[in-house]
Amino acid sequence: MVALPIVLPPTVLGFYVLLLLGPNGPVGRAVESLFGTRLPFTFEGLLVASVLYSLPFAVQPFAASFAAVERTLLEAAASLGCSPLRTFFRVVLPLSRAGVVTGLVLSFAHTLGEFGVVLMVGGNIPGETRTVSVAIYDHVQALDYASAGATSLVLLGVSFSVLAITYALQRRTPNAWQTASKPGS
Amino acid sequence: MADSLEARFVRRFRGGPAISADLVLPGGDGPVTVLFGPSGSGKTTVLRALAGLDRPDEGTIVNAGETWLDTRRGVFVPARHRGVSLLFQSYALFPHLTVRENVAFGLHRHDRAERERKTARALALLRLQTLGHRSPSELSGGERQRVALARAIASSPRLLLLDEPLSALDAPTREELRGELRSLLRQVGVPTIVVTHDRIEALALGDRMAVMVGGRIHQQGPVGDVFERPADHEVARCVGVDTVLAGRVVASGDGLATVESHGLRLTAVDRGLAGDVWILLRAEDVVLERDGGTRSSARNHLPGRVTAVTSEGPLVRVALSSGEARLSALVTRASRADLGLEEGADVFAVVKAPSIHLVPRA
Repeated sequence: MVALPIVLPPTVLGFYVLLLLGPNGPVGRAVESLFGTRLPFTFEGLLVASVLYSLPFAVQPFAASFAAVERTLLEAAASLGCSPLRTFFRVVLPLSRAGVVTGLVLSFAHTLGEFGVVLMVGGNIPGETRTVSVAIYDHVQALDYASAGATSLVLLGVSFSVLAITYALQRRTPNAWQTASKPGS
Repeated sequence: MADSLEARFVRRFRGGPAISADLVLPGGDGPVTVLFGPSGSGKTTVLRALAGLDRPDEGTIVNAGETWLDTRRGVFVPARHRGVSLLFQSYALFPHLTVRENVAFGLHRHDRAERERKTARALALLRLQTLGHRSPSELSGGERQRVALARAIASSPRLLLLDEPLSALDAPTREELRGELRSLLRQVGVPTIVVTHDRIEALALGDRMAVMVGGRIHQQGPVGDVFERPADHEVARCVGVDTVLAGRVVASGDGLATVESHGLRLTAVDRGLAGDVWILLRAEDVVLERDGGTRSSARNHLPGRVTAVTSEGPLVRVALSSGEARLSALVTRASRADLGLEEGADVFAVVKAPSIHLVPRA
């Protein structure tokens, strides 16, 4: 379910989110009666949609690195009187650092580049819901290639750095959880 | 008894055999029980059930009057509330923590001063003071084992479970740590169960032992009793029917040790042991002679009488009594015929000093 946004066309996701958050949608109605505000075409609404859209890009690396933590370490923690919550923060999370950082970086980069969902839910309001990617599109539409180029160059630089950081992190902690001795039979 | 451990349970695995345990540890001042058996006999399953990491299908576990498991009443105390420390075969040290942090890991319920005191004591007990800042990946196998032990005992557990504690080590380190482990367990004084399939480990570490074969505990009792009087043939095959004698080192010098056992005096190679020892003798290292007059290099010529002769494939196993001691020798059929080895025959058992293996006795 959480992986659906990977294969779903962004405009389709955006459309359903719009319906859901809209004044006639169940979520939209609840939010309006609670906070007195509407979500579509606001920054908050865009935030909700972005989380839904980019969640799988964080969840997959998180889950993979959590699952890779050796089981005996969790059992060792339990037999040392550790609660599941403490085990998670003291053992699982530190040993999955590379995966967690990868997930955060990937979802950040992915959010930066989203387009379809933004247009559907955010509505491209300058200063409110216009994102960098949409801004580049607008510059091109207005034949302002200089601005489009400058913004694109910034994004290229950001993307490149993000990848570099991710790879560097993955190399530095290669399977940190496997440095313990061989698992027994 | 109030501080005893009684465990009776069955654990079934889909498509596999059922593992059943019927284990009673009488308690007292830290006796070490060895859970002994071949690989796949279910020893680790029993250990995991005691630790609370595995939930048996039916049965009860009661430790010192506290019920940890009662399937009929739906009682199951999870691992973290049992106060049981388990030493994993792979040691399971936390790779992202230093040695000191590993040892202190189970002490989070204590205040800072108490935590530091207990950590320091455990590190000192295992001579790890200088390694406190190291990461587990920078340690040798023997050092990792000591860190895992320090971590297990630091929190003063009510029960200590060691799963094949020495199996991950190379032979020389194993031998060295075996002796250390024995005195450490005595010093710590916590009731301990050691899982092993190694006979020497069982003799060296255990006060009591339980023999597990094919998913069931066949015999339990003092180590000497089990080795000298196996309850059935499966136990006998698994502990080995070769000779195990309780003895004492009475003198040593010139690289040799003189050991007394059941009225016999034996000469063995001195390995620096003193006091009570187990004397281990492989049946194939015992030579039988009909007249003791021959000159040979072997240091031990023991007079005895044949009590039983059983065929073992191409060989014949000859049981003999020499004084109070019972010995076992493995000879060929031809030798048996030549010497006329029948029940009641008087023989000499000849054993070279290097063939006598001594193990410290608790």
